[in-house]
Amino acid sequence: MNYVFDGSYHGFLCCVFECFEMKEWHAVPVAEGFFQPDIFLPERTIFTDVDKAKRIQDALINQFGKATADDFYKAFLSEDTEAWNAAFYIMVLLFKGNHSILEHFGDLKVLYFHQTLKKVSRERHRMKAFIRFSKSNDGLYYAIIEPDFNVLPLILSFFRNRYTDMPWVIYDVKRNYGFHYNLKGLSEIVIDKQEQTAFQNTQLTIALDERDELFKRLWKQYFKSTNIEARRNMKLHLQHVPKRYWKYLVEKQ
Amino acid sequence: MLERIEEKLMILADAAKYDVSCSSSGSKRKNTGGIGDASASGICHTYTEDGRCVSLLKILLTNHCIYDCAFCVSRKSNDVKRAAFTVEEVVDLTMNFYRRNYIEGLFLSSGIFKNADFTMERLLRIVKKLRLEERYNGYIHLKTIPGASEELIQEAGLYVDRMSINLEMPTEAGLKLVAPEKDHDSVRKPLQFVNTKIQTFQNEKKLIKHTPTFVPAGQSTQMVIGATPENDWEIMSVADEFYKKYQLKRVYYSGYIPINNDNTALPQIGSRPPLIRENRLYQTDWLLRFYNFSLNEILNPAFTQLDLDIDPKLSWALRNLHLFPIDINTADYQTIIRVPGIGRQSAVKIITARKYGKLREYQLKKMGIAYNRAKHFITCADTLAPLGFKYAPQIKSTILQMGSSKYKAEIAENQLKLF
Ligand code: SF4
Repeated sequence: MNYVFDGSYHGFLCCVFECFEMKEWHAVPVAEGFFQPDIFLPERTIFTDVDKAKRIQDALINQFGKATADDFYKAFLSEDTEAWNAAFYIMVLLFKGNHSILEHFGDLKVLYFHQTLKKVSRERHRMKAFIRFSKSNDGLYYAIIEPDFNVLPLILSFFRNRYTDMPWVIYDVKRNYGFHYNLKGLSEIVIDKQEQTAFQNTQLTIALDERDELFKRLWKQYFKSTNIEARRNMKLHLQHVPKRYWKYLVEKQ
Repeated sequence: MLERIEEKLMILADAAKYDVSCSSSGSKRKNTGGIGDASASGICHTYTEDGRCVSLLKILLTNHCIYDCAFCVSRKSNDVKRAAFTVEEVVDLTMNFYRRNYIEGLFLSSGIFKNADFTMERLLRIVKKLRLEERYNGYIHLKTIPGASEELIQEAGLYVDRMSINLEMPTEAGLKLVAPEKDHDSVRKPLQFVNTKIQTFQNEKKLIKHTPTFVPAGQSTQMVIGATPENDWEIMSVADEFYKKYQLKRVYYSGYIPINNDNTALPQIGSRPPLIRENRLYQTDWLLRFYNFSLNEILNPAFTQLDLDIDPKLSWALRNLHLFPIDINTADYQTIIRVPGIGRQSAVKIITARKYGKLREYQLKKMGIAYNRAKHFITCADTLAPLGFKYAPQIKSTILQMGSSKYKAEIAENQLKLF
């Protein structure tokens, strides 16, 4: 049985709910966008119901702890259907009473789940490191990102703790949403396509702070002078700063 | 004005880059309404083209120096452009780089102009301005100026996260060869002083909640290797002693990079920095700190030089074949982490996973251990009876033959993790 849900985490949790309600232990959750009908498998659309999702989430936290509940969310943010299947499979087994399933590293699905968590956490770490803010002339610091996984929700508290005394925006252009911090709180923002292009071609539309170019130049200069030519190792360099991130790294522009 | 600051940055970052410490972790400083936070574990914000982590803005306040240490670019007799930042310039650079998320903090060091206290007093002004005026809570690593007064060192300790003072050469004799004006005592004394203060502050903290933090990320030191003739056993003995005596957080080993041909006692320009040797020293350091090895198991008077072609754990295992193979399904954690190819994380995984059934080869392979290396030293549930006794040279050549490029990649990766 395929459960077709709307692609949100709430929707995903509702699939777990449905699975227990219907006792359909072999159900597979598939997100609308990814879904390709399979003539051999029946399908059902699962509607997202915030209350049902909350009941599953609360049960996860109460029975298995916040860290475990968070892990399922993190695995979900991988946007990897195989990881979703593994997460679903583990959740079902957990609720059926197999409380040690998460430690079964010998089970390939469990292993995949843990490997996914590792990948997501690496991407999260990279976003903490590779985000570069520019400063506009009205004092706003903003950064554009395009992470492999949907990790923006996982880095907000980090930036919030760090940059409390300046307003900032971090925007994911791949998924088209971002967050704005205004010295008091965070709010989610979505900007339309036109504004987005403006955002990316910063020189054109967003007026930069007069000293912003200076610090970009100084940073590039620093990056160059700190390199030790006698130890040059581009293979290692690329391993740590893969090319796909260069677009947004001042020192690589 | 713009050109001048760019030039200063070029000169003073260039001169500071030989200090290999880049760690920005281990502090407990929280953001209290200002900017920044040094409580998280360290973050490498980018990597140089030589593959080293860039986490801190690492600069000298000045490369003017009254001393003439042969291994140092800033030494008096070297014909280089000189520059000095003002206090304001360092603060401005740090704040603006930090706000743009380029860096985790500042690593500030300096040549000695006029005298030790004059220099130290300026460094102190910078860190105070950052903390008190800019309300900056990011990471600060300050290199203590040898010979500075205890009062200045103690005051600086209240504002910085880490302090360090470099041993430069691993032994007193080595140091005398290249820097006759220096001695290890001028390093030991301040390390001892700061260590005692750290302990005092920690004890006070147990009694009184609001004791200020004092060098919360501890102290470190650095040794240049390959410039003077010490062997690996001598080098690691010094490191081991310093870890124990001054409770250092880190010892860094920096392969000497020839900077000129003036001093014939030093390796000349064109000789490659001893990168593999440096890496082997870091691996040894790691084994001592996290794998419960004692120094004499790895290096001793009868075995004074680390193997360059294999890592020190494998080297130790090959010299101790009588301890192997171990049964992966029954051995304890301490034994498992000593198996070449198995790290601490994999060892934890093995111990957890085997509660649910005996582990077989295919499961181990999936757990992220270097199975082709480990297999010579372990048995698992489905291991066939050993075909016969194996000799160390045989195992070594098998390991070296199987995809040596992969082995090298691991070494390279390992090197970065350690920095
Ligand atoms: S005292 Fe320090 S800066 Fe001066 S020459 Fe010696 S090592 Fe270099």
